[in-house]
Amino acid sequence: MQTQQKTLDEVLDLAAVQFKVPRQSLSPDDDFFKKLGIDSLQALSLLTRLEQHFNIELPDYEMQGVSDFRTLAERIQTRL
Amino acid sequence: MLLGRNSRRYALFLVCCRFHGMKQFDGQALSWTIKDRVIELALHREPCNEIGSQCLEELEQFTAALPDLEQSAHSLILFSTLDCGFCAGADLRELYRRSQEMKKNDAIAGVRNFLERIHQVMNTLDASPLPTIAAVHGIVFGGGLELALTCDLIIADKTARFCFPELRLGLIPGFGGIPRLKRDLGNAVVRDLLLTGRSFNANKAQQIGLVSQVVGEGEALRVARATAAQMGKFDRNTTAAAKKFIKPIPYDDFRQEIEIFCELFSQPAVEAGLKKFVESANAQPYLP
Repeated sequence: MQTQQKTLDEVLDLAAVQFKVPRQSLSPDDDFFKKLGIDSLQALSLLTRLEQHFNIELPDYEMQGVSDFRTLAERIQTRL
Repeated sequence: MLLGRNSRRYALFLVCCRFHGMKQFDGQALSWTIKDRVIELALHREPCNEIGSQCLEELEQFTAALPDLEQSAHSLILFSTLDCGFCAGADLRELYRRSQEMKKNDAIAGVRNFLERIHQVMNTLDASPLPTIAAVHGIVFGGGLELALTCDLIIADKTARFCFPELRLGLIPGFGGIPRLKRDLGNAVVRDLLLTGRSFNANKAQQIGLVSQVVGEGEALRVARATAAQMGKFDRNTTAAAKKFIKPIPYDDFRQEIEIFCELFSQPAVEAGLKKFVESANAQPYLP
């Protein structure tokens, strides 16, 4: 199983690619809705990409209230 | 959503269809054309093809023209030209706004009328003798998923995400979704999708039998066209007979669904749920 740090790094990499922002502009504790300027539908597109990348299923109700990359990575880590 | 159709305009349209055919149409919510003997119905109403009164009216125009179109085509493909996805479902903002303008009983009657009309559209698509394909990507939620479920095949690109979020509004899917899901999938899967209201990706959708092919991003329409070309090789009467045999239309369940929906719609929880959705400043209003 990969480390939580590696999961977090990959989440940040994927978010940067998905929303076309420089990777170095994203930090683990950023509110991704605000930082990326995305709405809930766009957040679901990120969720889809994360599920594919990590080969997991992450029910979106587990994402309720999650808005920072670190917590998102923690939720993913529990499914790896 | 709750207003009646513009009956004069609609009657004129029907006359035009009957006497002149309607091989091509470009409306506010959708367009259609015939390309390589395939009818292509494109949804293109911002923000995400929400099904409100305008979309319904144009869908009715399409189904009125469909018998004539079917004579010149061997297949039908539904798709969206919008980046956000296939369709986000019923136009809840229009539903809320119009229901606020009416007395409760009038609002319920308006909803019933809308449901009767959209069911007529969905049933016509479902019963088409031609093979039908929904080529989907991105958001395929609620009524959008119900529209896709009328098709014989769903081809999804890997960005597609499916969901029945209605229960969080205090409603059930109202466009024939539950009976069609029951027809196509196992009951345990249907319960999971409905009772959790969770969304799921294209791979999961294929795993449970909802989606026939998962393709790369932006490839759904191309693959749908190739699939339509393959299906078009077969004798159309044989295809129609096979469809009728393997894809029964659950009309009795649809009647029951409309009754349950209208009963639920009369409950205060629904108005509160719609109000919360429409007025929400939450960044995640679509998450169940």
